[in-house]
Amino acid sequence: MSELLRLNVSQVLEGIRKKEFSAVELTRCYLDRIEKTKVLNMYLEVSADRAIKMAQIADEKYKNNTARLLEGIPIGVKDMFCTESIKTTASSKILENFVPTYESTVSKKLWEEGAINLGKLSCDEFAMGSSNETAAKGNVINPWRSEEKRSPGGSSGGSAAAVASKSALCAIGTDTGGSIRQPAAFCGIVGMKPTYGRCSRWGIIAFASSLDQAGPLTRNISDSATMLKVMAGHDPKDSTSSLENVPNFNDFLDKGVKGLKIGIPKEYDRKGISEEILKSKEKVIDFFKQNGAEIVNVSLPLTKYALSVYYIVAPAEASSNLARYDGVRYGLRVDGDSLDIMYEKTRGVGFGDEVKRRIMIGTYVLSSGYYDAYYLKAQKVRRLIKNEFDEVFKKVNYILTPTTPTTSFKLGSTQDLLTMYLNDVFTVPASLAGIPGISVPVDLDKNGLPIGVQILGKPFDEGGIFQVGKVIEDSANFDLFSEGSYK
Amino acid sequence: MNNENKINSSSLAKLARLARLEINKDSEDNLIKDLNEIIGFIDQLNEVNTDNVHPLSSVTGHELPLRKDEVIDGDINEKILENAPEQISGYFVVPKVVE
Repeated sequence: MSELLRLNVSQVLEGIRKKEFSAVELTRCYLDRIEKTKVLNMYLEVSADRAIKMAQIADEKYKNNTARLLEGIPIGVKDMFCTESIKTTASSKILENFVPTYESTVSKKLWEEGAINLGKLSCDEFAMGSSNETAAKGNVINPWRSEEKRSPGGSSGGSAAAVASKSALCAIGTDTGGSIRQPAAFCGIVGMKPTYGRCSRWGIIAFASSLDQAGPLTRNISDSATMLKVMAGHDPKDSTSSLENVPNFNDFLDKGVKGLKIGIPKEYDRKGISEEILKSKEKVIDFFKQNGAEIVNVSLPLTKYALSVYYIVAPAEASSNLARYDGVRYGLRVDGDSLDIMYEKTRGVGFGDEVKRRIMIGTYVLSSGYYDAYYLKAQKVRRLIKNEFDEVFKKVNYILTPTTPTTSFKLGSTQDLLTMYLNDVFTVPASLAGIPGISVPVDLDKNGLPIGVQILGKPFDEGGIFQVGKVIEDSANFDLFSEGSYK
Repeated sequence: MNNENKINSSSLAKLARLARLEINKDSEDNLIKDLNEIIGFIDQLNEVNTDNVHPLSSVTGHELPLRKDEVIDGDINEKILENAPEQISGYFVVPKVVE
């Protein structure tokens, strides 16, 4: 592996500035690496020519001393972000030939700061899944112990695997119920889901609009902070995007946890969770204590209902958002004798099984006679869950939980639907409450697979989450290049 | 309530019609089983007392802002139509609709 692939964001920016290498050289290294890691099936589209052109511009900027915040940083983009004139499919057959005429706000902000677009990364179809197994173009393989063919997690599985296999320096993903944090944990990298409203949703293919948030997947906390600074901010094109000031998140990293109160919710110690993951959580509690934080036991009794709320709210919103795929304006069309038959055939052929299940559940909970019993009920419990977090955050500054109940499983090994849904049991509550969360890698388990823990914080306190995450990172010393990672 | 199957062959057909989804005959039984399993699971919300709780539809807490209704981009009809499965003279084409 080229030494350039070992560098993190700040090292790359410094290296190009000091003329140790150029943005074009670095980009070529990543494009070569993408060829070598092809077997992991992460990239749906590699935009090599465009990437080289962007890198040439980056080198010009360095020459003129006008380099921007991410000048020359090679980035992979989850296929949920619309990219102008680059095919964008949401890993679905129904969008297999869709070429957007516009660029999503978040990706546009990255390119405007000099980042290099390497291409589009696989995900679960319409971001619905926790294993990347619902992608139309096949499974992505977790770079760790890749010979064992394990899941990278989902839905941002391609994004997490690309960063973990050094086939992108950073990647962007979307998180609706854990789709950034869970794959980050499975792949041994850092995954940040910002506060709902922190990043614009404009140009992101909609799944569940009241939950969807974009965020960075990176090798470390500092890279994550640098990326989020660029991605975040108000956008008039997304009425739910926040006017909140976007601080320089890197300023938080050296503040430590001394005097902070970290809450440990007892409800996250559920049965079925791996002993080793619980041990890693205990280890992190020790890190916090050694660094002067106060550990506080807290309770979030409604946690056990979060998944049920999620599996009403998310499919309901999805069934409505996905109504637009009708074979008329873009995407696949399967002909039929009437307009309705054309719609039905197009959608029947174009959507995969998981997407169909969710559209059906969404249609069910929104249909007349069931709306109050399911959808309205779920929205009420959602409020109670949010209130519960608000109360706990009056007592503590941050919350520590495991990110996932297990480490990565073998592809094809989870046949039971509800077992699959349980992957998101620790990440969904924060999504419902709209609060920010991060997964930070801590350990490898006895099978050599990464374990992550999750830090949750108050709305718009991503800076503080990075600050706490940095203490975990510095103490755990997790090595993304260690034995078992993709060589 | 949990043990009672809420979805059967005829309610599945009705839902599929509402969702404009053609369901393969072969996959019907599996889909019915899956949907009943999910509905059985989400039914656990009945245990939670939600009397006098106001439903939460957005976590932002801010009022949706208003803006002027004005054209800020456009004139890309042709580019947009390139994505259409079928188009004639600047229009999207759909199967004939006869009432």
